[in-house]
Amino acid sequence: MSLLSYEFMQRALLAALATGLTAPAIGTYLVQKRLGLLGDGIGHIALTGVALGLLTGWAPLVTAIAVSVVGAAAIETLRLRGRTSGDVALALFFYGGIAGGVLLTGIAGSSAATLNRYLFGSITTVSDSDLLLVSGLAAVVLAVSVGLAPQFFAVCQDEEHARVSGLPVAVYSVLIAVLAAITVTVAMRTVGLLLVSALMVVPVATAQQVTRSFRATLSLAMGLGVVASLSGVWASFQADTAPGPTIVLLALAGFAVAAPLGGLLRRHRRVRAPFDDSGAVETHEHEVDHPHQHGPGCGHRAVVHGDHVDYVHDGHRHVPHEGHYDEH
Amino acid sequence: MRVQNLTVALGGRPIIRRVDLTVRPGELVTVLGGNGSGKSTLVRAALGLVPATSGRVELLGIPLHRFRDWVRIGYVPQRSTAASGVPATVREVVAAGRLAGRGLLRPLGRRDRAAIDAALAAVDLADRHRDPVAELSGGQQQRVLVARSLVSSPDLLVLDEPLAGVDLAHQDTLSALLAEQTARGVALVLVAHELGPLARHVDRAVVLVDGRVAFDGTPDEEAAAFGHDHVHHHVAGPGDPVPGIPHPMPATRPGTPR
Repeated sequence: MSLLSYEFMQRALLAALATGLTAPAIGTYLVQKRLGLLGDGIGHIALTGVALGLLTGWAPLVTAIAVSVVGAAAIETLRLRGRTSGDVALALFFYGGIAGGVLLTGIAGSSAATLNRYLFGSITTVSDSDLLLVSGLAAVVLAVSVGLAPQFFAVCQDEEHARVSGLPVAVYSVLIAVLAAITVTVAMRTVGLLLVSALMVVPVATAQQVTRSFRATLSLAMGLGVVASLSGVWASFQADTAPGPTIVLLALAGFAVAAPLGGLLRRHRRVRAPFDDSGAVETHEHEVDHPHQHGPGCGHRAVVHGDHVDYVHDGHRHVPHEGHYDEH
Repeated sequence: MRVQNLTVALGGRPIIRRVDLTVRPGELVTVLGGNGSGKSTLVRAALGLVPATSGRVELLGIPLHRFRDWVRIGYVPQRSTAASGVPATVREVVAAGRLAGRGLLRPLGRRDRAAIDAALAAVDLADRHRDPVAELSGGQQQRVLVARSLVSSPDLLVLDEPLAGVDLAHQDTLSALLAEQTARGVALVLVAHELGPLARHVDRAVVLVDGRVAFDGTPDEEAAAFGHDHVHHHVAGPGDPVPGIPHPMPATRPGTPR
């Protein structure tokens, strides 16, 4: 494959792999907490961090990590103190972040093109040292979000119950926010700050169309994230498009396919679920003129009802009984 | 659980005022009261979920601020749903109840799984354990939350309106289940609007009115004092305006149904 012979392409694919795995992993917890847009808010805060790097001459990746970690912890603290709701706390930092970023970039005298590299990613300019930092951080995020999965699940599912279970809920909540901040900066070079939230939310939304358990949702979302990221980098190379938007649009295409599929799947499960047999009122309503003989493979759906089988026929539930059919 | 002289203020407004409440092992105490009477706040303060302004709380004989043995406490928060933003199976939600006794990075063991199976069977949901909680009805979700509180075999159970939306047949099942817990020596606090099928299992009923204990005694005495209708809200009709404030509604004309 010619693609892999380019060194910049190898680095791009590795960075995409790191993003594809971590963003949905931490995104699953954010969606569970109904804070799906936290990643977006942190992305905007990270912009101030990038601008700070441009202004001071420090590496933007490092300043972005520092500022977004502080910002994420502040959002969670504000929310946990109960003074503002999660979405309002998010909005405050969201606007502060983008305003600070644009202001500082202007002072630093950097062009809009420089900022664009961080807003929409520039995966093909990832350097060796960038890659080392990105994969190190991604490994930490993955290890924590998978290793502490039972604790994170409990905290995101029901905060009050988690507190009465003796879990340090504030510590875990801030930890999740900090991991999200690290993920945002990991993804900054691949999909960019404006689109990073998409990789945190879209694979999770796609996965839950077909999954029934938390564990399956988490694993499938990570798998979908990897597929979208790697195929996005490959497609953008082939079609000469920007990698970030290509990755996000591919992830969204996955959702567009999964949504109707999930609908069909749920319908299928519902139709086949056994009828409840507890305390049902048995109406002995005879179906008088019914020439059709119900049986296996008769074309009508057979559904288990207690100790026998009902045949669903035009909205009726038919049961053979001494030469005629009863309505159940 | 022992609560002494507890006062709780939320946002500067006193919600619980000098309340005493003691629940002994093997005792089932219900906290009754209308909306806004402070019954939820009382149990939440007793568990440390909201800070108390003054007073003392002891859980299982240990002052609240030093209490660490959370595995011995079972709690059903007041919730309308057991679901969240991501699908989770009934089993996954109930398994969260085993977390208090589990160390970090330790997977579920054989005993954990057996306890989860037993709790699911006790609330009659064993056959639904692989279904997503969001697909269950409201009453079934309440039963999932009760199973989660039972799964760590607690010595103190605190349930905040666990019977909301549960059908009568399963209210009976749950009442019997709770009675079984008290028979084993579990101290049980139950917040409710009304006693319902629980009445015959309840040892003591505490009625809160406006943050104060208005009554503390057996359910029979409670029924005699308050009548069987436990809806204690004050109905303000059009003929009951606040003095000095013009009434916003026109007076009801004779013959108009209210």
